[in-house]
Amino acid sequence: MTDQAYNFAYLDEQTKRMIRRAILKGVAVPGYQVPFASREMPMPYGWGTGGVQVTAACLVPEDRLKVIDQGADDTTNAVSIRKFFQRTAGVEVTEATAEATVIQTRHRIPETALSEGQILVYQVPIPEPLRFLEPRETETRKMHELEEYGLMHVKLYEDIARHGEIATSYAYPVKVEGRYVMDPSPIPKFDNPKLGGNAAIQLFGAGREQRIYAVPPYTQVVSLDFDDHPFVASKAPHDCDLCGASESYLDEVITDDQGSRMYVCSDTDFCATRQEAGHHGRLGVPQFSSKKIAKSLEGFCAAEGVTE
Amino acid sequence: MTINPQTPMGLAPEALFGGFAEAPVQSARAFRALLEAMARPGTIWQVEGAAPPAPLSIAAGVAILTLCDGTTPLHLAGAADCLAVRDWVTFHAGAPLCAAQGAMFAVGTWAELMPVDQFRIGDPDYPDRAATLIVEMPALAPTGPRLTGPGIRETVHLSLPETAAFRANRALFPLGFDTLLCSGDQIAGLPRSTHVEDL
Repeated sequence: MTDQAYNFAYLDEQTKRMIRRAILKGVAVPGYQVPFASREMPMPYGWGTGGVQVTAACLVPEDRLKVIDQGADDTTNAVSIRKFFQRTAGVEVTEATAEATVIQTRHRIPETALSEGQILVYQVPIPEPLRFLEPRETETRKMHELEEYGLMHVKLYEDIARHGEIATSYAYPVKVEGRYVMDPSPIPKFDNPKLGGNAAIQLFGAGREQRIYAVPPYTQVVSLDFDDHPFVASKAPHDCDLCGASESYLDEVITDDQGSRMYVCSDTDFCATRQEAGHHGRLGVPQFSSKKIAKSLEGFCAAEGVTE
Repeated sequence: MTINPQTPMGLAPEALFGGFAEAPVQSARAFRALLEAMARPGTIWQVEGAAPPAPLSIAAGVAILTLCDGTTPLHLAGAADCLAVRDWVTFHAGAPLCAAQGAMFAVGTWAELMPVDQFRIGDPDYPDRAATLIVEMPALAPTGPRLTGPGIRETVHLSLPETAAFRANRALFPLGFDTLLCSGDQIAGLPRSTHVEDL
């Protein structure tokens, strides 16, 4: 049910046209950060205002929206953005990656492979990959113009000099179609290989920094590295303790003050789906995932939620 | 206060019709088609909701209604530069009409848009400041020149008006104009990033 006090998907039409033009230019020049007139949103900067504006400009009433925060569907940020669009756009929502048509994400790419027809919208805090190396916008703009990315390689080299390997583990810089160096938002570098050749359209929105950029489907995206120190998509060397998955990205959870810890999939939908299919990890007993509990309660609180 | 005699003193009543009936939802659906078209060059999409005056196609009308407003100078080329279209664009989009050199959007047939090097291709530090050409085509078909590049898994084919201009445009990358090809209610995209080859 849409809240009639708002325009469809919250933003006014003039704003959406401006964002849509920026998105199309971003798609035409993959990896280039298009400036746009970011609006104040009813949530603070840092809560995904860029992603929310991009999602609002893309949504149609027939969409099914999924929102994740570091892979999880059930965290505050994800829940509040999902409710925001349920209320202002009246779209259906889902937690299942394969069923979603638009997925807004904070800092993860879902484990389940995306398909054509899906749009992945990233919330980006600092869109400029060179910003921590060169604080002046005039300079970084010139560096992109001249394709002068030596400084980024120096940074990666200094990693190797200090740590013996490229220690950058998230927001790992990539080069798009051999032209622009791009910050893939702070996704773990484990997710970097999924950026290139993806069937879905990937859109990046940075609200505070007022930039939109894009990676069209089947686009070449290469993580920067050196011949003798090739890029490695690393993850914790464990299996998921809940679902036993060996190939998914893991969160480390401290379970007591004796140093005990467990590793669980960061992608809650992926983990819950595997558990429902009968997979179990080290912690043996089938766990009741939050998704399962929510489903069992569906009958009791179906009328709640959107109508409040 | 004197009235500028250049100011059009009134719109033809026909100009008031043919816009979106339900702009938020119709423009959202139209944009999704434009996004898919631009992100997957060579694919052909159907759009609906606009009924612009001749010679504009439905698709060109939808593109104008979805993307143009008072902040986007629009160039009407050739036959599109007629009173009916000027009035319709002014009433429904409010886009200022301008010469080719200053246009963010331009609409016309490929021949009318010539020479294409008169359009903005962006600046080296701001390549997004480039024109989008809305090209009226007699028909769109998945045949003809071969397209490769971002958004295309292997290769696709699209009936382009020519190839030399698009090859020259690709050579300017990351500068260059972007193109939307329209025929009836069909639309396809050709961003500057696409490589075009004759068969």
